[in-house]
Amino acid sequence: MEEEKILDALRQACPDAVLSAEVSLGDAVAVIRADSLAAVAAFLRGAPLRTDMLLDLTCVHFPERPEAFEMVYHFLSLETQSRLRVKAGLPAENPTIASLTGMWKNASLLEREVYDMFGVRFEGHPDLRRLLLYDGFEGHPLRKDYPLRKRQPLIPLRKAETK
Amino acid sequence: MTTRIERQARPDSLLLNMGPSHPAMHGTIRIMLELDGERVLASEVEVGYLHRGFEKTCENKTWFNLLIYTDRLNYVSPLINNLGYVMAVEKLCGLKVPERAQTIRVLMSELSRVSDHLTALAAMAMESGAFTVFLYKMKAREFLWDVIEQTTGARMTTSYIRVGGVRADLDRDYAAACRKAVAETRKVLKDVHGLLDKNAIFLDRTRDIAVMSREDAVSYGWTGPCLRSTGIPYDVRKARPYLNYDSLDFEIPVGERGDNFDRYMVRMKEMDQSLRLIEQCVGLLEKMPAAPTTDPAESLPPAEAIRLARRQKPVRAVALSPNLAGSGKNVQADIYAQAPGFVLPPKDETYTTMEGLINHFQYFMKGHGIRPPKGEAYCSVEGGNGELGYYIVSDGTDRPYRLHLRAPCFHVVAALEQLIRGRMIADIIPTFGSMNMIGGELDR
Amino acid sequence: MSSGNFITTSFNSALGWARKFSLFHYPYVTACCGMEYMSTACAHFDIDRFGAGWTRFSPRQSDLILVVGTIPQKLAPVLKTVYDQMTEPKWVIAFGACTLSGGIYDNYAVVQGIDQIIPVDIYIPGCPPRPETVLDGLLKLQQKIQTSEPDWRWKKKKS
Repeated sequence: MEEEKILDALRQACPDAVLSAEVSLGDAVAVIRADSLAAVAAFLRGAPLRTDMLLDLTCVHFPERPEAFEMVYHFLSLETQSRLRVKAGLPAENPTIASLTGMWKNASLLEREVYDMFGVRFEGHPDLRRLLLYDGFEGHPLRKDYPLRKRQPLIPLRKAETK
Repeated sequence: MTTRIERQARPDSLLLNMGPSHPAMHGTIRIMLELDGERVLASEVEVGYLHRGFEKTCENKTWFNLLIYTDRLNYVSPLINNLGYVMAVEKLCGLKVPERAQTIRVLMSELSRVSDHLTALAAMAMESGAFTVFLYKMKAREFLWDVIEQTTGARMTTSYIRVGGVRADLDRDYAAACRKAVAETRKVLKDVHGLLDKNAIFLDRTRDIAVMSREDAVSYGWTGPCLRSTGIPYDVRKARPYLNYDSLDFEIPVGERGDNFDRYMVRMKEMDQSLRLIEQCVGLLEKMPAAPTTDPAESLPPAEAIRLARRQKPVRAVALSPNLAGSGKNVQADIYAQAPGFVLPPKDETYTTMEGLINHFQYFMKGHGIRPPKGEAYCSVEGGNGELGYYIVSDGTDRPYRLHLRAPCFHVVAALEQLIRGRMIADIIPTFGSMNMIGGELDR
Repeated sequence: MSSGNFITTSFNSALGWARKFSLFHYPYVTACCGMEYMSTACAHFDIDRFGAGWTRFSPRQSDLILVVGTIPQKLAPVLKTVYDQMTEPKWVIAFGACTLSGGIYDNYAVVQGIDQIIPVDIYIPGCPPRPETVLDGLLKLQQKIQTSEPDWRWKKKKS
């Protein structure tokens, strides 16, 4: 399906949710309001787009913007072979967005990863805890204010002997 | 710290921990099992034991420098990871890669894909007890790695596919080496078919075990051989052809039931298709006109050439070191795009011209080098496990603002808990093996 | 080198000889170096001809732990536990750049060298090391075992 048609269908179905929709470098990109994610996702699953696969779910941290966390969702429809990128901005204080675990089964792990790395909370997620890092790790490493080399060892480290 | 499974376990069941250091855990993953005898009632998979901070590290490295980190993601098919990243940057920068470089990229991708499937199935077979299959497949893999090493200089972590093209042209004897590797791999695959396809024990352990339905597979975001084993013929190379896959002739093998055996069979058949692609690429490359070569008698050693160039004397040709074989001025147009700020200038020009020297220097200096325009791009290629996607955000500087990897095996492993529920412990091994979890890709 | 009489030094050499040619290793494989470990163990480069072919996937039954691949902070306690479970005499080979010093990963997630967790006998550099390098490291370990102190002085070794 053509990228323009996808964006038109989305604009028609959810006019107040879509803040901007354009084709960038051949990809259909739509920016939506964060609280309308569930409605947009529900529309995407149905006709005519029938995006049956949530390809990816990630976040980007822009500390200088008022909407500091930008959630990025990539959708794919195997039937119509169309792709769509949906972005939603979240505030820096207490970033929360609806969870997609009810609609796609891989959303559970993907959202846990975003929570681990950025600290974004997902409403309705059955088991939101760290995925890649360990309990006892403080902070969210992929945020821009977390220093790259700040290590938090789990066990006391020894000093290697050199003869 | 109690895990979810400890909190939810029934009082009369046994809790068993598999991993993270376990022979069949492909590196490191931890599966906590709640058992009733041998039967798995529930499980919890814990990942992250190979989390190496790839995405954060990449925000602190230049666009060129982080190429080495991409090799180590899916470390059994490193060239495909290189390719995915480089294509995302080229999409953002709008670079057009010459045809010879595209065909070389396809050749290298397919060699990587065959070695990925060989390793995956070898590990699956070894853990199921078929040790001979492991030895045979590793033997075939060595032939493929010899071919890769001839051209790229490294067996595994190659960093060969660069932004704008490839690092060097193919070695002189690549065609003979490729053909030999393909012939040996075909022999090995025939042997393995004979050993496993109708083997009663292997069939008992894989037929109708861990069946995945199509709807569930799509809901989990499965792509690649695992999705194709359920019957859905989705392959990025056919759905969104990149490089010159649309002009090459290959098929997409598809399974029926989505069980372990189908996942094994789809990979075996894909290797046949990849070998066909390799032969086609070698044929295409042989037909392309060879780059002009210079007479060795006219070539000067680099020190001499630099001295003459400083005195503004003409230099016919420079005899480059064997390490730089395949990357001279004569092949630059074949292997790299015409994009001065984004590709490395040929060494001959670096030694003899001012512009070449400055371009070379700036390519590596902090603050200069590859600087894609502001924006974002997502580009996906068909990796060994499925759709390997790179999402990059650039702010115009020499470092990425954000680099995210869409790891195919992350989604496949998300379904592991569902697949092993109700099965026995011994079924976990071939199931997990057929998924081809690669820690570097899963945990980044 | 130990001072002793003819009988004890011959006994030490004999013991060293026996130990070095029958190493049971525990491949603690995590990452990319594991691929080169597989190549080393298989037919082309064959670790078995040096006596170290039999993999024992239990730390209780192995002498040598081959730490192969990056060790992130999350995995450090597991490595320490596995090392502690091994019985004396035991040796450690750090295989690959990530185990020597964290390799190319200098960040919040990776242990900067496994000698921060367990004592290491042989360091094999490379990213990944070629199988020939691995075999060279193994031969150096065998040399070390041959010339090491006798059994009853093992208690001096600090963990």
